[in-house]
Amino acid sequence: MISFSQVRKSYRGGHEALAEVSFDIEPGELVFITGRSGAGKSTLLKLIPAIERPTSGTVLVNGQNIGSMRRAAIPYLRRNLGLIFQDQKLLYDRSVFDNVILPLALTGHPHKEAARRARAALDKVGLLARERAKPITLSGGEQQRLCIARAVVNRPGILLADEPTASLDSASAEEIMEMFRAFNQVGVTVLIATHDEALLQRLKPRVLALKQGRLEQ
Amino acid sequence: MSAWLRHHWQTLSLTLRRLAGNPLGTLLNVTVIGVALALPLGGYMLLQNLGGIAQQFAGNPQVSLFLARDANKADIAALETRLKQLPGVRALRFISRDQALENLKQSENLSDVIATLQSNPLPDVFVLETGSSAADLEKLEPQLQALPKVDHVQLDSAWVKRLESLLQIGRTAVLILAALLATGLVAVTFNTIRLQILTQKDEIEVSKLIGATDAFIRRPFFHLGFIQGALGGLAALAIVYLCMRILNRGIVELAQLYGSDFRLSFFGLSDCLALLAFSAVLGWLGAYMSVSRHLSGIEPR
Repeated sequence: MISFSQVRKSYRGGHEALAEVSFDIEPGELVFITGRSGAGKSTLLKLIPAIERPTSGTVLVNGQNIGSMRRAAIPYLRRNLGLIFQDQKLLYDRSVFDNVILPLALTGHPHKEAARRARAALDKVGLLARERAKPITLSGGEQQRLCIARAVVNRPGILLADEPTASLDSASAEEIMEMFRAFNQVGVTVLIATHDEALLQRLKPRVLALKQGRLEQ
Repeated sequence: MSAWLRHHWQTLSLTLRRLAGNPLGTLLNVTVIGVALALPLGGYMLLQNLGGIAQQFAGNPQVSLFLARDANKADIAALETRLKQLPGVRALRFISRDQALENLKQSENLSDVIATLQSNPLPDVFVLETGSSAADLEKLEPQLQALPKVDHVQLDSAWVKRLESLLQIGRTAVLILAALLATGLVAVTFNTIRLQILTQKDEIEVSKLIGATDAFIRRPFFHLGFIQGALGGLAALAIVYLCMRILNRGIVELAQLYGSDFRLSFFGLSDCLALLAFSAVLGWLGAYMSVSRHLSGIEPR
């Protein structure tokens, strides 16, 4: 489903974020990417939705080559991905409901159907009661859950999360992790970048450990 | 197809709500565009009206024959028969010098001046109306000039022609002005859309991340430019109409002094619609250029 082979990514100025990274992720897997800040976790995640392109090597997502993908094809790639960002990228001038319905609005779903699915997604993350609220009035944990609702409303096959628990207390972090596991159990491929070792000890998932841009075996 | 239409409709209502949500900004933009378009539009309206006058005279050209001061009654009678034999003469009117003086005395401002005159300085005049065109009349002119006791021949087609060429210069000037201000309109829209793109930077970035196509992201800005242009065109029509109403008060009074019921008339419906379409397209063009220039710079990091 996701396949990296000999991927190198270097930024202008010569900083090498990833070097010779190769791995395969099968459909339905739950995979953690670990490493210290600057180890290349975010860069690795950004290669999958073509936010960044590899400098060399091949990144395949659902059989599509990210390196040679045309610009016009990128939106369609991203529609099958649920993205949860470190900086949540919510729209603070819109209600919780409007934030969640956004991915459906741009694929042209009839409004009724879109509203039903948006409410279902909000219900899944426990925010249905707050649908009229503005995101700024939500707590950190609630904002993170709103991001998850927006990421899953399109029923993507792959969920990517970059430090989803970074700024949360351990109870909220656990809730969030529980949600990811629930999505994984219904067949969604989940990729989570984190430096929170405590989460790993309990879940015992597959781990890709990055150190200075290289995978540790 | 229905999804595409629905999205256009949603975008349109979103755009209108955004415009209404920022009434001052919208009003200022529409005013700037309206004033800029009103200048050439007003000029065009004046020219159209003046052109109408020229047309009226050109279609019915008159020739005035001023007779020599020493022409006696026999000369006049002889001339009248000669003139009636000319081809294409529709009407022939004789205004004697006494009659002309009497007419002048009627006008208030001149009666004092005329009272001081020792003798009547005016000549007798034949006014000739023909069905022929201005060009034919010009050929006729030397023939008329050669008639006995004719002192001076004046074709009113001459001043129609002068007016016509003045109008031509006016039209060129209006065209240049329109081209300049249309560029201004595009520039104003370009800048408005640039600011709008900057305010919506986050929204554009998020939309790109969740799989919005470029067309989807561009569409609201095109709508905005288009609607703003159309509103500006509407404002320009309103400004010109108001100015016309104000000017007409004076013009009607003045025309009455000349025994005319002339007044400025406004554009027809098709002209108004053409202007609205023109300004809307210019707004769209400004938006298109701005979006092409600024949108590609906003990519998620």
